Amino acid sequence: MPLVFAGVCSHAPGITGRSEQADPDVRDRFYAAFDQMRVDLETSKPDAVVIIAAEHFANFFMNNMPTFAIGMADKYEGPIEDPGWLGIERQQIPGSADISRRFISEVMHGSDVSYAEEWKFDHGIMVPLHFLTPGYDIPIIPVNINCQGPPLTPLHRAWQFGESIRAACDTLPERIAVISTGGISHWPATPDSGKINVEWDLDFMDRWCRNDREALLDYDDLTVYADAGQGGFEIRTFIAAAAAARGAKGTVHFCEPIPIFAVSCTVATYDLSE
Amino acid sequence: MSLYAVQKFLYELNRSEQMQARYTADQATELAPFDLTDEETTALTGPDIGKLFHLGVNGQILMHFAAFHQIEWKDYLQRMRDGIAEHGPVREGVYAMTTGLTEHVVQKATIQEATIESRSS
Repeated sequence: MPLVFAGVCSHAPGITGRSEQADPDVRDRFYAAFDQMRVDLETSKPDAVVIIAAEHFANFFMNNMPTFAIGMADKYEGPIEDPGWLGIERQQIPGSADISRRFISEVMHGSDVSYAEEWKFDHGIMVPLHFLTPGYDIPIIPVNINCQGPPLTPLHRAWQFGESIRAACDTLPERIAVISTGGISHWPATPDSGKINVEWDLDFMDRWCRNDREALLDYDDLTVYADAGQGGFEIRTFIAAAAAARGAKGTVHFCEPIPIFAVSCTVATYDLSE
Repeated sequence: MSLYAVQKFLYELNRSEQMQARYTADQATELAPFDLTDEETTALTGPDIGKLFHLGVNGQILMHFAAFHQIEWKDYLQRMRDGIAEHGPVREGVYAMTTGLTEHVVQKATIQEATIESRSS
């Protein structure tokens, strides 16, 4: 079954954990965009949702850091963070070992991946799910790209990984949705938190909407670090989604800075109908 | 200096409620398996968030540790800033500080809060 949905969204922990500290006007418009994404996702009737995230040392550490990893379990748990701090209660999240196993087998034809029968979700997955599958009633396939522990996954490999994901989605009989999560420019969890390079973000999202492979890969880690912070390394997840969309054009539904959330809060989708 | 061991300990602690309970009851026993210097052990048991940031602990790991200690967000940011003022720049890693000591980036958010307060008053 061809891919039924592709989009990207922010996952910063402040989105749920520091909600009351944001300007309510911009915050509520952001939440409304998130909710519309939920409606669009539900309309696509996915049998499973692939969440491509940049996890933050919830499962993988520098003793054995995978370039790419995919979950393969019937259930997951999260968040690992203090529930009061994140604003999301601990719970079990449904997966599907069966769909994951077949999905991973197909992805492996194009990309080398690690698989994991255990996976604890952190804010990188829990915050998007809080908005997009609030009933926790759709099987999730968690995916990670190493955006945290250098040496990081090269950008062109993230693109190739996205192509492998698309090929797998198209091969499986199930209806699969792909959602990538991450920040664009941000300096998270440092005293610089709240610093946002809005111009850089809008330029990146323009490249993303055009689905311009050459432009999306025209970054290097040193300049990303300088212009977009260590959080900017998470563009890998957005790049993988672009490749999975296979030439489709995107629309940014929301992309505005909310400093207390530490990012340009973003919701964007690809039109797969063309 | 063993930043790897400090971060490994925090990684293990952050993802395990069971270890958090044991650590709350007996810090020394939980820290014992990790090859830590006295400086690192003192920073962890404090907890001295500013010192840990100065040592180079990845912010994503440190942020979760601060949440475990119920440290409020802006207090967490200030403790890191204080750590840099007292100990100097981040020693290693990619989670350095790029702004000046008096350049409170989150001040933008504070401005937003002031706006909210003025709207509600």
